[in-house]
Amino acid sequence: MKVPEQLTRLGAVIAVIVAVVLLLRFVVLPESMFSAQPHQAATVVREAARPGRYAGMDACRDCHSDEYGTKLAGAHRGIGCENCHGPAAAHVANKDDETVTPPKHREREFCLGCHGFVASRPDGFPQVVAQEHNVRKRCVACHDAHDPVPDEPPKSCDGCHGRIARIKALSAHSQLACTECHQVAEQHLLKPRTALPTKPDAREACAGCHDPASTEPAAARSRVDFSSHGRTYVCWQCHYAHLPEGPK
Amino acid sequence: MNKREFLKDVILFFPAAGVMQALACQAAGEEMSASATVPYDPSQHWYGMGVDVDKCIGCNRCVEACKAENGVPDEPYYFRTWIERYTIHADGEVNVECISTKTPEQRLAEQNQPIDPGVLRTFFVPKLCNQCANPPCVQVCPVGATFQTRDGVVLVDEKRCIGCRYCIQACPYGARYLNPHTRTADKCTFCYHRVTKGLQPACVEVCPTEARIFGDLKARADRLVRFERENEIGVLKPDLNTEPKVLYAKLDGEVR
Amino acid sequence: MSGADPSALYEQLAHQLSQVTGFIYPNEIETHWSILIVVYPYLTGIVAGAFILASLVKVFNVVEVQPIYRLALLTALSFMLIAGMPLQLHLGHPERAFEIFMTPQPTSAMAMFGFVYLWYLLGILLIEVWLEYRQQLVLMAREAKGPRRMLYRALSLYSDDVSPQAVAWDHKASKIVTVVGIPSAFLLHGYVGFIFGSIKANPWWGSVLMPIVFLMSAIVSGIAMVMLVYMVLSLLRNEKLDMRCLDKVGLFLLVAIIVDFALEALDYIHRIYQSEESIKILGELVSVKLFNSLVVMQVALGMLLPMLILALVRSRRINEDMRKLLYFLSVLLIELGIFSMRWNVVIGGQLYSKSFRGLMAYKMELTGLESLLTALVLLSLPFIILTVLFYLLPPRWMDRRVASAA
Repeated sequence: MKVPEQLTRLGAVIAVIVAVVLLLRFVVLPESMFSAQPHQAATVVREAARPGRYAGMDACRDCHSDEYGTKLAGAHRGIGCENCHGPAAAHVANKDDETVTPPKHREREFCLGCHGFVASRPDGFPQVVAQEHNVRKRCVACHDAHDPVPDEPPKSCDGCHGRIARIKALSAHSQLACTECHQVAEQHLLKPRTALPTKPDAREACAGCHDPASTEPAAARSRVDFSSHGRTYVCWQCHYAHLPEGPK
Repeated sequence: MNKREFLKDVILFFPAAGVMQALACQAAGEEMSASATVPYDPSQHWYGMGVDVDKCIGCNRCVEACKAENGVPDEPYYFRTWIERYTIHADGEVNVECISTKTPEQRLAEQNQPIDPGVLRTFFVPKLCNQCANPPCVQVCPVGATFQTRDGVVLVDEKRCIGCRYCIQACPYGARYLNPHTRTADKCTFCYHRVTKGLQPACVEVCPTEARIFGDLKARADRLVRFERENEIGVLKPDLNTEPKVLYAKLDGEVR
Repeated sequence: MSGADPSALYEQLAHQLSQVTGFIYPNEIETHWSILIVVYPYLTGIVAGAFILASLVKVFNVVEVQPIYRLALLTALSFMLIAGMPLQLHLGHPERAFEIFMTPQPTSAMAMFGFVYLWYLLGILLIEVWLEYRQQLVLMAREAKGPRRMLYRALSLYSDDVSPQAVAWDHKASKIVTVVGIPSAFLLHGYVGFIFGSIKANPWWGSVLMPIVFLMSAIVSGIAMVMLVYMVLSLLRNEKLDMRCLDKVGLFLLVAIIVDFALEALDYIHRIYQSEESIKILGELVSVKLFNSLVVMQVALGMLLPMLILALVRSRRINEDMRKLLYFLSVLLIELGIFSMRWNVVIGGQLYSKSFRGLMAYKMELTGLESLLTALVLLSLPFIILTVLFYLLPPRWMDRRVASAA
């Protein structure tokens, strides 16, 4: 059977294209051009060799051992030096160069960045209200940044438990002191996590005001029969003690 | 770059040179020479991060440190890591905002808001690239410019990325962006240049409350491995089967 | 491109930031796939659809459509030649685009699409057009002089046999290529749908139906485009339209629209019925951001109205001039509707946050690289190429020759 002439033409063109492609791919051009692997390996080396700007806390120790030691014993022990002083690798490499000396922030706004009151901050984190806390003073006047706990322990619970205090202030329990229900050892004010305040552990804690037999006038409208009401539970499994009327 | 400049810029507290040599040998498929000081073997490591949501105070220092360490543009459109703030109301309404797009002045001005008794829970959540073990971004890259290293970090080859943005679309967590200067895809690298030298990523370095924990999931005694034992771990979008390696403790169900 | 001053970009992003409602991941503010990525599936869709129309003649022997067979092929070719351009212009590093062919990642739909595109252009379209035109090219070469003769000789690959057996062989081979071409066309545009449909991170895109819906709407837009070109050409040449052909194509168009509408309706019904987590934000997306482009443009004006018109034309006896007008109106609406559909998929998928908690905006530039102007230029280029192809390869040259010989 005679091969159609156009087929030989077309076939030739296709064959040439395919041959050129195959030649280029397998003979002429190096294999590395067709694999991502060597490039990926080169990227790993390149990325690992990038210069860094943070030196890490230990880098400061050799020259600034005093502050380092002070900080290690204080409440800021977990905070890297560079958190407040900024990246210091350039300073470590060139200690005499003043253009790269890490700054020391003495303005109030700097400390307020972490310690200003924000409701979303975890309970127990020390916070102040900027407009109420020693407004005309710089923070460092009373708090050594490397050992920030002041000589005078805090007078109220609001500093570290601000969200709870503010919620309680809106509630029916607003006139109750925290210590009414929680026993707080003095140690808690100095080293909070080493001596946690107590929490009530029995229904009787609430019965003092809320039992029908009680004479506490403030709780006159919220008496409940303790023998029948929520018998198997303790009160705070349903009633949030800091906002007993519930969220709106 | 000559050697003097190299030493000036690079942190030298761990035998960086040995690490470089080890990685270069790995790249070339050669054996390590006996003169190397600390042989860094990527296959011995599998990096991950832990985030304790209860500890984050939303100070945003991690975001600032990351931008400084990695040269991320300052503009509020590019983040390798960022902080979200959740406010969950009793009526079911959930408000989420990103605090990292605000200036420090704006964040200061928003402090000391009147308390809302309708709020049940409110907290901060740090977010970053999850360095997934089954990364959808790697799967879709047409040229293999983004890939997973043997020690579990997903990197981008900025010399080969063609800027098609497919990986940015494929990431369920919004962790990637297109670097406006290199016109290539970019994202958190776990500060690969630090962790391969035994340092911590910049964000972990500056976190004041240990809300971020970096670790090696293959190690025996490691902060992250203990974190895995101590906490009930949650990850973001588990149903997408990306196998994220950023492990959250006390992750609220409202967090996306 | 690298290192270029991004301040214009920052201005654009700042404007988009002011349009955000709810919460978005901060990196989501930038709309990554722009109007150019809307143009690209629109163009490849027309390629696939025009080819399917042509295949109706070649494989399914729908003789009524024969008059526009070559028109359909040339339309497919001219749109195919431009289809890659929006992608190239959009890349952050267009000079590295060849890497898709050098180091393709087999798991990437985009990488595999590069090969599908090459196969379809070189292995199907060009061969099909060549087989169809070979006889004409040989004859034109014989009658031409100078450079034109050289051109036609080269285009015919220096073949010279135009005996009846040779021409019959051409037709047979063409049929085989078309048979291979139909699944290839399905693959071509189905793959584009798969590029979107495989993204699990984005529920507006990530759906099993996406490749099918894309393909069906491609067929609709391709058939409509060939019809549109045919009608405009006849108008420009002041020639009579073959109404038998037009009516038949109109029928296929109606069937295609009905199937397309059914599939898209199924997609929406399924989403609403299943009511997964993303349904709330997607509902907001449609009602707030996409109402005009989706409900009005894509569905009402782009599908329902043309469907009604075409059904009307079939069910009633309408005079020829009115039919022509109605067909013209329908195909215009369809093209706008299908373009809107591409917009709604590509841009729509980037107007809501993957956190499912917020909506963003897309600020399309009017001039610039990824702008409306560029899109309009790209959309007009296929027509310019088509004009050149008509000049080089006149579709009815053979018919006129036969007529003048008789």
